[in-house]
Parts: sequence; C-alpha cells; structure tokens
Amino acid sequence: MKFLSVCSTGLGSSFITQLNVEKALKQLGVQGVETDHSDLGSVSQGDADVIVVGRDIAEAASGLGDVIVLNSLIDMNEITQKVSAALERHGIAVPEKEQKQ
Amino acid sequence: MNGVLKVLLDIFRQPAVIVALISLIGLSVQRKPLTDIMKGTIRTFVGFLVLAAGAGVVSGALTPFGDMFQEAFHVQGVVPNNEAIVGTVLVQYGSIAALIFFLGMVINVLLSATTRFKYVYLSGHVAFYMATMITVIFVAAGFPTWGVLLWGSIAQGLIVTLSPAIVQPFMKDVTGTDDVALGHTGGAGIALGGLVARLTRSKKHPSKSTEDIHFPSGLGFLRDTTVIVALSMGIIYIIVALFAGPTYIESKLSSGENFIVFSVIQAATFSAGVFIILAGVRVVLGEIIPAFKGISEHLVKDAKPALDVPVTFTFAPNAVMIGFLSSFVGGIVGMTIMAVAGTTIIIPGIVAHFMTGGATGVIGNGAGGRRGAILGSFVNGLAITFLPLLLLPVLGSVGQENATYSDADFGVAGVFLGYLNRGGGQIAIIAGLVISVILVYLVSFLMGRRKTVSEQPSKSVSK
Repeated sequence: MKFLSVCSTGLGSSFITQLNVEKALKQLGVQGVETDHSDLGSVSQGDADVIVVGRDIAEAASGLGDVIVLNSLIDMNEITQKVSAALERHGIAVPEKEQKQ
Repeated sequence: MNGVLKVLLDIFRQPAVIVALISLIGLSVQRKPLTDIMKGTIRTFVGFLVLAAGAGVVSGALTPFGDMFQEAFHVQGVVPNNEAIVGTVLVQYGSIAALIFFLGMVINVLLSATTRFKYVYLSGHVAFYMATMITVIFVAAGFPTWGVLLWGSIAQGLIVTLSPAIVQPFMKDVTGTDDVALGHTGGAGIALGGLVARLTRSKKHPSKSTEDIHFPSGLGFLRDTTVIVALSMGIIYIIVALFAGPTYIESKLSSGENFIVFSVIQAATFSAGVFIILAGVRVVLGEIIPAFKGISEHLVKDAKPALDVPVTFTFAPNAVMIGFLSSFVGGIVGMTIMAVAGTTIIIPGIVAHFMTGGATGVIGNGAGGRRGAILGSFVNGLAITFLPLLLLPVLGSVGQENATYSDADFGVAGVFLGYLNRGGGQIAIIAGLVISVILVYLVSFLMGRRKTVSEQPSKSVSK
C-alpha cells in the first residue's frame, strides 16, 4: 500500500503533503504504509495505490487512478479523514477511528 | 602538504560529501535505525551528483541559445530559471553553498525561537537556491572562505525568516488563519502584489472574487513543469533561431543540422536538464527537510511553517491562472521596455511567472478580488523582470551566464547586499547585516509591547 503526493514540481507542497499524510497515518495508528512525493511529469497510473493532490491540479491528475483531492494541503482534519476513507477503500484496517482535533 | 591532509581536503571539497554529511547529521539526530541512516546518506550523496549531471545538460543546451541571441539582436539574452543557474553555480561553489544552506537553517531556528517572527522555512529547495546566490555574491565581494560562510549564513538566516514575515499580513486574508506562512523566494514580489491589490481596492466598486468565474478546463498541462518548460523554451528558441538565420546556426552551432530541428532538440534538452536537476534536488532534500521540521518543532514554540507557493493554489485555483497570465503580460511588457532601451534582455521565465504570478493572483484576489489579482500579478511580473536585470552586475562572472535567478527575493536580497558592497566594500555588507539583525530584534521587541501585528516598513528595509 502506497500513498504518493503530487504537485507540479514535486519539491515543496507535495513534500509537505507527504509529511502530513504520514502524520495522519500515525494518528490513525496504521503502520506499514509507504508514502512518497513526486512531480506530475513523472507519475503514471499504477505508481501508487492512492495519489494525493491539491484541488488546483485535480484536473491534470484525473487519469492517475485512485486520486484524493484536497481542498487544503494544510488542514489536518481533512487529510486524516480522506486518508482514513482511502485506507478503508483498499481494505486496510484503521485502529484509531476519526478523532476530532 | 602531507598526504593525509590532502586526501581530507579532497574529500571535503566535494559538495556531494558535504550534503551527505548534513543528511547524516539530520538522520542521526532523529535517532533513525542504522540501515535508514546509511540508506539516506548514500541517497543524498548520489542525489547531489544527479543534480550536478543535470547542470551539465542545462548549460550545454543554453550555450547555443546565448550565441544565437547575440547574433540575432546584438545584446545578451538571459533566461531566468532557478534550476539552470543553480546547477551551474553548484558545480563551482557547491560545498560552501551547502554549508550556508545548513547554517542558514540553524540561524532561522535561532531567530524564530528568540523573536516574534516565528517562521520556520520549510521550502528547502528555494532556500538551497538562495544559498547558492548568497555564496556567489559574497565570493564576488572578495570575502575569505570563513567570511563567506559566517556572513553568508547570517544573510541566509535573515532572508528566510523575514521573507515569510512580509507576506504574512496578506497570507492571513487568504487562509483565514495565522498558523501557516508562505515560504518562497518570490515573497517580495508576492507581498508587493498584495500591497498593490490593497491600494487599488475600492469601497464603492468592490471587485468580485476570481472564483465566481467559470473557467474552461483543458489548461491542466500548465501544471506539468517538464511540458511547460519544453514548450516555452521551444517557442523562444525557434523565434530567436528565425532571427539568427539558418546560415549562422548551421555553420557555427549545429554542424549542418537543420536550424529548426536543432532548436527544438536544444529546447527539449534544456527541459530534460531541469527535470534531472529537480530529481536531484528532491533526493537531496528528502532526508534533510523532515529532520529540520522535527527539530524546529521541538525548539520553537508556536512555530509557523513557511511553505511552498502551491499551498496557496488550493484556496483559489482560478486566481492562479489569472495571476500567471497577468504576471506573464508584465514580463512581456518589461522585456519590450528593455529591448527599446537596449539593455541586456530578460526573457520571461515561465516557471517563475507561473509560481510567483499564480501565488500573487491568490493573494491579490484575497486582498482585492479580480482587480487585485490582475493588477497585483502584473506588478509582480514587472518586478521579476527588472530585478534580475539589476542583479546581474553583482553576481560577478555568474552574471555573464545565459541563465539567472528568477524570483523577487533573489533580486531584493542580491541588490541590497551587492550595492552595499559597491558603496562601501565588505565593511558595508557586514554593517548592513549587523544593523538588520539589531532591527529584527528591535521590531520584535516593539511588536511584543504593542501586541498588535502591523505593517513594518523596517522589515522590507532589512531584506
């Protein structure tokens, strides 16, 4: 299982999103899930189970399979909720269910 | 010189070794398992060499462009592209730049821990680019190596702490919180655009938000750096090739290959070089930034992470497109003025206009709707065209290259330091830095007494 965060250059915001996804996984008590970040140009479908993007590049990333679109890259509530839903879609048990921060 | 010392010097002269060591320190501090430490250190080591290889590809593709431009218009044409110039500089001054980048982080943490400017700069890539420019300027000013390191790191730490601070008043309008800041070398231009948007606001005729416009989709390809760099360079390369003429190109540059085919391949090669450099930068920072983030969260209470520009893009996607286009128009206008004036010509750097113009669009829309987004980004576009021109003379031999630094902070910081040096030599630079540090603490103290956050003109002075 792998979450891949993507932005246009694969340097800044996808990296921060990746760190936030890691934080969310930790909060949800999930282990053994890979995370990484990359640029739009080098990603193709099948590189990861779930692709995480901001809503500004949702259109460009639409062909990449299971895509999570974030309205804000820094809202931990939104990220945790959407990561949790994605884990369940892929049949991964989530020990620590939703906690309001 | 005895043998052992020479070997040691040879090792530490290699920038790849320095960044690998920084990564090693970062991983060790986080108490990672030994295998992770080894893996991360080696990845960083190789990543830097990938970056250096990309630099060779980029300059190989830019050299004929410079020759063509000279032949066609008899002035120098410069492409503002951070990756292109950084690659070139790193090959020459990589070790010092890597150390300034690292020590700049330390000073950033110290400043944010001890002042009210709680901004921790997490956009490692642009901080790294800034460190290369700082190195170039201090070397050109004739400082000895220890002086370049000491004063350069202080300059670096000041810049990365203050850049988010001047954007923050506008950033708060966009995000609705004071918890997150903007960390990007376009900060000065973005803040300027926000200011223009505020000044052009009108109570009588308020401007609607950009997000009420229904934009046609299909501009998604603009998000792909590889495509947009190849496409824009291709167009520019072909235009210049047509002016330079087939005779010159095929006899002097392409060894007989058709001049248009040659131009298209060179433009795509340039994009390939940028692609390689980005991949290298990504690997180099992969181990360093999480460590920095972890350490800074421990050391700085209420730290505000300063993040890369696309963090703002999600707040107003339409404003990004409007801002990019408006900034780009500003770049074209600026280039036209330069052509008429007969100076070196700064060609609009498409990535810079997209990143900083897009962010200015979001900030401008937050401050003053559509009108704010358009006018603010246009001014940013002018700024990132004229600032690089002012910057060229203070970069020493690096100012002769066919590429240069593209964003506003490079121009503001570089012009500030470079022209101090012209006015009063090294002493003036040192005095400028010391006064800036004192001002930062003074302003911070006054902010503490007032307990209100307001616009401080002194902030822009010390940048």
